[in-house]
Amino acid sequence: MLRLPKNFETFNEARQKSFMSLYEAKQSGKKVIGTFCSYTPVEIIHAAGAIPVGLCGKSEQGIPEAEAHLPKNLCPLIKASYGMALSDQCPYFYFSDGILAETTCDGKKKMYELMSTFKPVHVLNLPQSKDQAFAIESWTEEIKRAAAFLEKLFNVTITEEKLHDAIVYRNRVRKAIVDLYEVAKLKPSPVSGYEISTVAESADFHFTDDDLVAKLEKITAEFKSRVRNDEGRPRVLITGCPNAGVRDKLIKRLEELGADYVCADVCSGPRAQKFMVDENSEPYRAIAERYLKINCSVMTPNTARFDDIKSLVKEYQVDGVIEMVLQGCHTFAVEAFNTMKLVQEGLNLPYLRLDTDFSQSDSGQIETRLGAFIEMMEVA
Amino acid sequence: MLYAGIDIGSTAAKAVLMDREQNKILARKLMPSGWNSKETAQELLTWLLSLGYSREEIKIIATGYGRVSVQYADKVLTEITCHGRGAVFLGGPDLTVIDIGGQDTKVIVIKNGRVIDFAMNDKCSAGTGKFLEVIANRLGLTLPEFFALAENGKDIKISSMCTVFAESEIVSLMGLGTGREDIARGAVDSVASKVVTLVRQKNHSGKFFLTGGFCESKLLIQKLSEILGAEVETTPDARFAGAIGAALL
Repeated sequence: MLRLPKNFETFNEARQKSFMSLYEAKQSGKKVIGTFCSYTPVEIIHAAGAIPVGLCGKSEQGIPEAEAHLPKNLCPLIKASYGMALSDQCPYFYFSDGILAETTCDGKKKMYELMSTFKPVHVLNLPQSKDQAFAIESWTEEIKRAAAFLEKLFNVTITEEKLHDAIVYRNRVRKAIVDLYEVAKLKPSPVSGYEISTVAESADFHFTDDDLVAKLEKITAEFKSRVRNDEGRPRVLITGCPNAGVRDKLIKRLEELGADYVCADVCSGPRAQKFMVDENSEPYRAIAERYLKINCSVMTPNTARFDDIKSLVKEYQVDGVIEMVLQGCHTFAVEAFNTMKLVQEGLNLPYLRLDTDFSQSDSGQIETRLGAFIEMMEVA
Repeated sequence: MLYAGIDIGSTAAKAVLMDREQNKILARKLMPSGWNSKETAQELLTWLLSLGYSREEIKIIATGYGRVSVQYADKVLTEITCHGRGAVFLGGPDLTVIDIGGQDTKVIVIKNGRVIDFAMNDKCSAGTGKFLEVIANRLGLTLPEFFALAENGKDIKISSMCTVFAESEIVSLMGLGTGREDIARGAVDSVASKVVTLVRQKNHSGKFFLTGGFCESKLLIQKLSEILGAEVETTPDARFAGAIGAALL
């Protein structure tokens, strides 16, 4: 029996509206699986007849609720994600039939244990390294195990044909997202990076029956047709942790202060989206191979990330690199030392590291750093 | 055309009038930032105009935490760029600038006269002027009295980096009868250690150069030099580094 959350009446109009539209989608028989990471093999979700939805927390909302269960010094993304779920504030989590999660960082995998007390959660064991042969073997098995979880949850069979269709579809979506990001390769970029990333990330919430790929292609064409005469603005690549939760104080402010955010080396950006699944080989193995290519700091070693940054800096004609590290994210925080060396010594470009969370309390300090960084790039 | 730099920090406001062609500082002004940056900015403008030049003869560049309140400024720049430029004017083209401010501590790496990297303390006030201000207050001293006493103290260790915790640690020390001069010296040492931690995050360039309000504190300079294992240079004008840099940019 489908119900609205107990505290529904206390929500503002926008939230009530998104709850209602999900409610209707669910009534019409749609199935939803929540995900929290770019390592989640969404193809098996589509093949099981469900819609994958990215549920990462993107604001301070939910953090006070989360801190009743989770340590205060945990990464804000994990806290916000958990808190929104726990307090029934997120319509997508609320109406999701289950969660597909994986053992990425320590904070997340332990959080999923708590989450599993109020939602069906299946955790895939992600290898910590991709170099050994057994990594791909075990990851393929894990994806099969996750598929079995979905088959049982929805009482369906994931056929090879459905899986193949899902692979083809997701490759098209990825290609469309990469094309969208690549609009910023133009110099000057006709559209702000804030706008591009907002559209790209909205692809995580696609519930309507219209064609997502066509929608993305249309926006990309429209973006390309725009003209902006702002020449000489420094072009910035942002790397590090997922940055949706600091969009306003980091990305928006950076662009207001006079630089362009042209390249996102983050998990929602081309870092992960550019890898396609081979459509002509055994599907589980092909899916496993594609996802293991993703360069996240949870992998050790993670050297391919640095080759990637090198080529992105060239392709997008980048003038400076900002690394955003969320407080409590040990893997990116430690790896940042290597990014700094690569950018300053290898690429001879200005590098700025910002350690922050989802609160507004440091927006003044961030603004000074961004301003100084832009001044540094302008002189260089 | 003359150039004025106005640097409104969290604690002190600094202004200089410069003749760029002669590379000369014509006048300096130092005053507390107070609680209203706009009024402070207005007062500095009045001072500037009292020097015998008209507003049209002076180009004004503002910086510092209160820079946005200098509504009459012709240009606004961040304190990192300005401190860097000012330090180059005072100390030469290859420097690692250590600026200990009232609220922020900055390390600015300069090569060939250009800022190539910088680091700032995070939200916390450890290793900033605020830390010493709070401790001096707790000891019932003004900052100059505090430094004078600290010169004669014995080395003790204050282990708390956090200003609030350090204050309680000091209460315990006072309870044990530790002398004020020792506590003051320990506090200066604590700030120096914290600042050096920030310095070590960066590949330094050339010599170390101290700017900000503590440029005349012999003890702090000595402590910094000891921990860094290298000489730290400065000059009395280094407290005006931000304003000087602004006037030159």
